[in-house]
Amino acid sequence: MTFDAVVHVSLRPGIADPQGATIERALPALGFEGVSGVGVGKAISFRVEAADEAAARSLVEDLCHRFLTNPVIEDSSISLQPADLTVA
Amino acid sequence: MARHVAVIRFPGTNCEFDVVEAVESLGGTAEIVFHDQTSLGAADAVVVAGGFAHGDYLRPGAIARFSPVMEAVGAFAAGGGPVVGICNGFQVLTEAGLLPGALQKNAGLKFRCEMSELRVETTDSVLTSASTVGRVVRIPINHFEGNYTCSEETLAELRGEDRIVFRYVDNPNGSVDDIAGVCSAGRNVVGLMPHPERACHELLGTTDGRELLASFL
Repeated sequence: MTFDAVVHVSLRPGIADPQGATIERALPALGFEGVSGVGVGKAISFRVEAADEAAARSLVEDLCHRFLTNPVIEDSSISLQPADLTVA
Repeated sequence: MARHVAVIRFPGTNCEFDVVEAVESLGGTAEIVFHDQTSLGAADAVVVAGGFAHGDYLRPGAIARFSPVMEAVGAFAAGGGPVVGICNGFQVLTEAGLLPGALQKNAGLKFRCEMSELRVETTDSVLTSASTVGRVVRIPINHFEGNYTCSEETLAELRGEDRIVFRYVDNPNGSVDDIAGVCSAGRNVVGLMPHPERACHELLGTTDGRELLASFL
């Protein structure tokens, strides 16, 4: 089966996020009130071939742990859905 | 005494010639070893030079650590050989698991390119054996992601085992405990963000890098 995967990489709790803090500090000047807890991460999307969803998830978890994140400072969350192969 | 130095170059490395020049000015010999090589040749020491390996894509060092040459560097380090990672080279060594912790974006989100003062915290490392504990050396920094970060357990281990090699006198980037450089448990792998190879000639305003690099030559 083919799956579309999106990995969201975020900084682990307690790790300083200077980008998030800078964005948050800029918000009042732009007139945005009531926004807090800004965090900046990244999203990595790709397509995976695997026997089933469990196998795809296991592969992506391994990929996250060994390459896409640095476990010292980053966490990841994975979303998977069957790929719509009619879209290139 | 180590004399011949392998200087590792990835696509995007840009400090390799400075390292070669510094090593040669200290009486050693050096050769540049490209990332796709699987052997370090007859090297007595390895320097992973600074720059932007693989464009720093994903994270600094994240792609470089999978280069064929890094297996050879890992084996060399495991055998007790001196390995020094400077700036991006430090980032590569942490990603490769040869040194603990990680380098985060600078706390002020500024690229810092300036002279820094470092305190030598231990002489029991391959980069400081020719120096003196407590000595303050002037070595330039040039980085955006030099904010050293690690877990509390790792920090306690580094402190307990006297593995913090350098601390900044005036912390420029938010590094935990003012850490500018650390070493491995075996003390033969050292990583630091400042550039000792750019501190080896009076024209550059400081020659304090010479006593550091001389430690493994």
